[in-house]
Order: sequence, then C-alpha cells, then structure tokens
Amino acid sequence: MTQPRKAAALISGGLDSLLAAKLMLDQGIHVEGINFFTGFCVEGHTHAIRSKDKHKPKRNNALWVAETLGIKLHIIDVIEPYKEVVLNPSHGYGANLNPCLDCKGFMVGKALEWVQENDFDFIVTGEVIGQRPMSQRRDTMPVIATESGAGDLLLRPLCARLLPETKPEREGWVDRERLLNLSGRNRKPQIALAREYGFEDYAQPAGGCCFLTDAAYSKKLADLWENRGEKQYDLDDIMLLKVGRHVRPNASMKLIVARDDGENNFLSGYKKRFTSLYAVSHKGPLVLLDGEADGDDLELAARLVARFGQGRDADAVNISICLKDGSTREMLISPMPVSDIPQEWYI
Amino acid sequence: MSRHQLDAQNLLCPMPVIRAQDAVAKLKAGDILEVVCTDHGALQDIPAWCRINGHKVVDTRDLGREVIITIEVGQSD
Repeated sequence: MTQPRKAAALISGGLDSLLAAKLMLDQGIHVEGINFFTGFCVEGHTHAIRSKDKHKPKRNNALWVAETLGIKLHIIDVIEPYKEVVLNPSHGYGANLNPCLDCKGFMVGKALEWVQENDFDFIVTGEVIGQRPMSQRRDTMPVIATESGAGDLLLRPLCARLLPETKPEREGWVDRERLLNLSGRNRKPQIALAREYGFEDYAQPAGGCCFLTDAAYSKKLADLWENRGEKQYDLDDIMLLKVGRHVRPNASMKLIVARDDGENNFLSGYKKRFTSLYAVSHKGPLVLLDGEADGDDLELAARLVARFGQGRDADAVNISICLKDGSTREMLISPMPVSDIPQEWYI
Repeated sequence: MSRHQLDAQNLLCPMPVIRAQDAVAKLKAGDILEVVCTDHGALQDIPAWCRINGHKVVDTRDLGREVIITIEVGQSD
C-alpha cells in the first residue's frame, strides 16, 4: 500500500486553518500542524496575567484545533528571526504595526524549511481570497507563494478553486474538485461548514491572533521605539506592552501601572530590571519605571503612583522606591490630582 | 529509563510547551521529564500537547506559585 502524502498545515487556532486541515484529512492526506510563536500572539498571555480573566477556562486554541482533528502539532519558537519581519517589513505595515504580508511570507517560508527537514510533501494554509486587506488578496497571495519559496507547494484548500493549480492538485495527491472556492470577508460559509463537521466552540478572535493588529498595542510599540531612540525589542519588551496602564510623563521615563493583582504579580517578576514603586501607606498598584529618573522625575513618578492607589485623596502617601541596584528608599508625597495628568500621557 | 527536569519558570504559555517539546525531542521512549512552570496555563497546555503527540502525563502537582507536570515520553513514529 502506498504511503499517504504528507502536508504541514499552518494552525493559528482559528476556524479557517481548522477547516483547511480538515479538508486535507478528508482526502486521506497525513496532516501535521505547525504553529509559530512570534511573541505577539494573542494566545494565552493576557489570560495568564490578568486576574479578571481567571474564571474563564484557559486553553491554547492551536492545541485545541490539533486535538479536535486528531493531528500532531509542532509549536515553533520564531521570536528571534521574526524580529526582522516586524522591524523592516519589505511590504510595509497595515493599519497598525502589522506587517501581515511579510509575516505570512515568513511563516510559509519557515513551514517550507520544516517540510523539507521532515520529508513532507506540501504546505496548507487557511487563507481565503479577500478576507484580509493585506495578506489575503488575489494580488498578494502569489507574492506569498513566491517570496516564501514555497511556490506551487502552497495549497489553500478554502479558496484553491479560485487560484491556479498547485502541485498537490496537478499530481493528483488531492482532488481539486473537492477543494473550495471561498472568497470575501463573509464568514457564513466557514461557519456553515464547521456546523456540518460538528465543530463547536472554535475560536474566532476579532482582529486575528496577533497583537500587532491592535491599535492600542501598536501605539505602545511605536512609543517604545521612539523613546528608546532605536527600533529594537526583546521578548520582555513586547510582553510588557500587553500588561498594565502605560503612562509617559516625558521622554526619559514611562510608568507601567498594574491594573489588578494578576498584573501586580506579573510585574513583580521584573523588579530587578526596572526601578519599581508602590505605596506603603495605602493599598495600590506596583509600578515599573522604564527609563532613567532621579530628582524631580522620581518625585513626579511617585506622585503618579500615589494617584493610582487608594491614597489618591489623601494629603500624603508614602511611596517605596526600589532602584535597579536593589537599594530602597521611601518618599512622602502628595498624590497628583487627576486633573493635573494630561490625557496625552496615557499611551 | 532516565529522569530529567526542565525549568520553565517565569515563562508564559506557550513557551513552557515549546521548551517541553524541545526537551522531549532529545529523550527516549519511557524517559521521564518533570516540567516546573509558574504559568498555571501549563496545567492545560502541556497535557493537551502530550495527548496529541503520544506522550503520557503521569503526574501534575499544583504547589501554589509553581506547578509541576511529569511526562513519560511516548514512542516516536
């Protein structure tokens, strides 16, 4: 008996990649999933950090998809190589700092490397023509196939009949007639197909699965680059942009203010990297100070910290300041009135 | 059979899963890997990853700040 052909399916955890992989399984293809972790994935993180989300059952949607389909899933850390995509996208950014076209090309390229290393035959994605304004357009989909190097080894089962034949179709590994011709942003066909297959409880994240499509997140990232004076980041930087209220009183310092106990706990893990402040005379948040501050700036930071705690209406609040070298001091200050905090300080 | 420990503390999911996956790839069937995590999400994610990849979770312990998930490596195919 001949061995079935093998496809690596890009699994984001959303409905489209679930359906694309399922269509391949229905044609007798051996499918294994690949999920790339860029550091910007919405999956899991804020859920793990914030107290308000603790009551919700936690799950990784890519793992859920793989388990639902009964396929293996390989989660691959691409944090370092992905930086080039975010920092220098050759096709530019979308509405926010989302380099969607470069991102898709990068991921398909990485999938191709995996396919070659693991002796698989082709790559499957859940892309649909016209669904995303940048990466899923009739004119940009060939760009992804070309720039990734995947060429005609890239099969998009949800819209394949609207695209030129790929090698898996041409060689008869898959039957083109059993592939779909979906296009546009209307999700009804996918939802109907999911119902047909009996898939329930699948994830449908608004705005996709990446923080870079989020306007508020992108604004914080742009602020980070502007005030650091260089367009760079590390994993801690981009994790911290997902956490807390970010307040920048001036170019030399930004405060990251925890919003609940979960964020307090998370930020406390960064006390060795940042100056940290919290009220000792009243309940209040842990605050990290990103940047350099002394004298007046440190007092300004302490007054802001007091404003975000329960001592906001007190005459004076005692603030503990722990510097990066581990030395600690206390400062008795009056909280900054809300009316004195310009709205533009909030990033 | 050998026993190994993986420190995945202070990592948020899916990083503990990725680290466990990379560690398991270097082990033999029957080996034991104890993964120490601080993200409690690992209590769901690592067992899910084990189920779909043919490994067995033989123990999970919630120690408050940390959780420890013990994996028995399955046969690779």
